[in-house]
Amino acid sequence: MVAQQISFWILAVVSVTAALAVVGLQDVFRAAIALVVCFLVVAGIYILLSAEFLAVVQILIYVGAISVIIILAIMMSREYQHGSPSTKFKVPAFLVSLVFLGVIMFAFVSTKWNVTGSILDNPNIPVATGNDLAGKLFGPGGYALPIEIGGLLLLAAVIGAIVILRDKDK
Amino acid sequence: MNIGLNHYLILSAILFAIGLYGVLSKRNAIIILMCIEIMLNAVNIAMAAFSRYIVPGAYTGQVFVIFILVVAAAETAVGVAIIMSIFRRRKDIDADKIDLMKW
Repeated sequence: MVAQQISFWILAVVSVTAALAVVGLQDVFRAAIALVVCFLVVAGIYILLSAEFLAVVQILIYVGAISVIIILAIMMSREYQHGSPSTKFKVPAFLVSLVFLGVIMFAFVSTKWNVTGSILDNPNIPVATGNDLAGKLFGPGGYALPIEIGGLLLLAAVIGAIVILRDKDK
Repeated sequence: MNIGLNHYLILSAILFAIGLYGVLSKRNAIIILMCIEIMLNAVNIAMAAFSRYIVPGAYTGQVFVIFILVVAAAETAVGVAIIMSIFRRRKDIDADKIDLMKW
């Protein structure tokens, strides 16, 4: 239990610091590296939440694929070296996000969540293996059709990206 | 003090607010895309926490996380393609200067 608390606080502090670095750093490339750190730490948080399959998928998709795409985009637009400037709406944006944070934290804290008590006291929480999750996704009453639509969405996105980026002049 | 549902939810809210600030205040389009990813991650943490604490063993929240991951991957691919296309035409990815459809 103590190990869980210590690891939660470490992960929480590192993830918030990395997210602040993404927003605050002036070098775009360093911001991308901080984003990768943030993704990795979120994978650790999934493990704490006994969602191991999600942790693996998070590392595969976010740390592996999405960060590579973003770093590629940064390198392709290398001539544009003005760092990460802010708009003139910096202070209103800060106020809006602060008000949002206050409202949503108040909502979270004041809501009586229907937390399952017996599981909370039991340290042997069932860990979501890939097998359980696959049964939930593809079993009877599962999500087979949404999965297929998700695949279709990915295909459409890839084709759309290629069409957008195609050089029409040649 | 045990780590409960509220800890994860507040962590998720803080990450979401940081991402929101970045999206609202930054001018570099790639930084805006990165902040959107932070916001999606924050939502995923909240989903996984709900799944773990409210319906343990049912994994409904984790199924939602998987679908959010799929949509986030598609969004990043298209977003980066649009940014690169704009950069190719205008040699600039400043979100303030892309105002062709603004009046």
